[in-house]
Amino acid sequence: MTLIGSTRKVPKFGARFILEARIRGMLKFGWVIIAVTILNPLLYLISIGVGVGSLISHNIGPHGIDGVSYLTFIAPALLAASAIQSAQDEVVFPTFQGFKWNRIFFGMNATPQTGSSIAGGVFLAAMVRTIFGVGVYSAILYLFGAMNSPHSYLAIPIAIFSGAAFGAVMLACAAYTENEDKFFTIVGRFIIGPMFLFSGTFFPITNMPVVVQIFGWISPLWHSIELGRYATYGHRISMTMVVVHFTYLLAMLVFGLLFAFRQYSRKLEK
Amino acid sequence: MLAHNRSTMIVLRVLIDAEFPTFLPTETEYKKLDSTTMSENLIEVSGLTKKYGDFVAVDGIDFHVRKSESFGFLGPNGAGKSTTMRIIAATSQRTSGKVSVLGKDPEIEGPQIRAHLGVVPQQDNLDLQLTVTENLYIYGRYFGLPDKFIRAKIEELLEFAQLEEKRNVKVDTLSGGMKRRLTIARALVSEPDILILDEPTTGLDPQARHILWDRLFRLKENGITLLLTTHYMDEAEQLCDRLMVMDKGSIMAEGTPLELIKKYSSKEVLEVRFGSDRNALLAPEMEKLCERIEVLPDRILLYTDDAEEALDDIVRAGHHPNTSLARRSSLEDVFLRLTGRSLVD
Repeated sequence: MTLIGSTRKVPKFGARFILEARIRGMLKFGWVIIAVTILNPLLYLISIGVGVGSLISHNIGPHGIDGVSYLTFIAPALLAASAIQSAQDEVVFPTFQGFKWNRIFFGMNATPQTGSSIAGGVFLAAMVRTIFGVGVYSAILYLFGAMNSPHSYLAIPIAIFSGAAFGAVMLACAAYTENEDKFFTIVGRFIIGPMFLFSGTFFPITNMPVVVQIFGWISPLWHSIELGRYATYGHRISMTMVVVHFTYLLAMLVFGLLFAFRQYSRKLEK
Repeated sequence: MLAHNRSTMIVLRVLIDAEFPTFLPTETEYKKLDSTTMSENLIEVSGLTKKYGDFVAVDGIDFHVRKSESFGFLGPNGAGKSTTMRIIAATSQRTSGKVSVLGKDPEIEGPQIRAHLGVVPQQDNLDLQLTVTENLYIYGRYFGLPDKFIRAKIEELLEFAQLEEKRNVKVDTLSGGMKRRLTIARALVSEPDILILDEPTTGLDPQARHILWDRLFRLKENGITLLLTTHYMDEAEQLCDRLMVMDKGSIMAEGTPLELIKKYSSKEVLEVRFGSDRNALLAPEMEKLCERIEVLPDRILLYTDDAEEALDDIVRAGHHPNTSLARRSSLEDVFLRLTGRSLVD
């Protein structure tokens, strides 16, 4: 065995190798991921979309909400919500796992990989999962007839973009967290839950008192939903608001990644 | 055997040389090593200090490691060994001092240095969900190595780590010793210039340790530069050409195992036990019989050139230890002399 005299170089764009490893890890749970990705939208669409939808059209007619059918109204919202959920799952769990549960990040960091490339790889893997999830979800929406407006396909990139924005922020949050039990309690109960309820997913946010609407303004889901509805069926908002929604999500993406890269490096170099 | 033994007295003459062959080179071999390896320092450290808040983990140490040398840090837990290792491995930032690894500063060129290192951490950090082969493969990928190279390398490494039969087994199910061997194999996937091992056999049973030592000794024979920490003196004796004894962040002594033993201990040691209440009581008597003694809670160590003769003297003086053990001096004695404490608490 020759073990001396290597001329190793630092690989360019190291995050792609972390991405590769993460995907291998995900494939170990491939069937679980596929089942969740298909069942989740099916259950939602059957219960809320069809069930609640028929109730709504029965009472206020087929164009009762925002001038469109209930399914068309909630389609971009469901898509964005699922993107946000899967992006979050794929950044939060691997971060806790890598730093604490099996410490694999420390193994990665003993190679030419850096805190930034590891964070980048985890983020990219989460995006692969998000894109897959949004793809499956939109196919199912299509089958339910919820993607029948001429620009409904625009909901797909918008959902992916919002998944990326929220995923970046959660990547940083998970990296800053020392106690994951508290993290899950806080994020699950006080962020994801209310975000879903107060972001105008199932009814326009303006139906609520202004105090409650504030939840929506902070939530990336609301910004994403507004953009999605604007793009898919021409939900009426000003151009200024379009820019605001877009900028808000972009800022989450950029600052989330910056803080995540920094905190990953710090934690590994302690 | 001594004819005047009491029946309860057990005399053990442990022939370390015969029963536990160590890999200690002879004096001439050391001289040869010194003259051939003067050439190149792969690691140079001076005034290295690392503080965590007010706590000084490493306190201004200097050392260097030559090419193809096997260099060890011996010291108890908390001596600053692992911290020093992590700074060398470019995964921890120093507080002050100069460090050069392969001619580069780890603070500035961390990834470039790490591209040439193989690191075996104190705590295994394998991906438990992946198989043995997959773990080796992804690790090679972190170095950016091409698929074809890694695949060929994996075969070599599975054989080296004696894990051929476990190649497609999930790492989760491996024994501690196997996981350790896999971690070492993983560190070799990139054909590193320096292999860094932080307490490679801590927590393993004796058999697993011996297998591991054998593997590491093979690497040493291949000329790889080894840098290892341990709190086992037998491990240090077996694997290290040169040693640094560390305690509380400082270097207590440096040299070959043989040099250290010669300098800080006598040729032989007699361990006698009179029972925990009587050891301290009889210590002044023992002191008269040899150059130096150490009184431990459970036994007294007498440092002498002839342990058996010392035992004869004790019996002649009318004392009858419950048990006695005559042995050669070891690094444990060196550590005891330097710090007044045992290596493993």
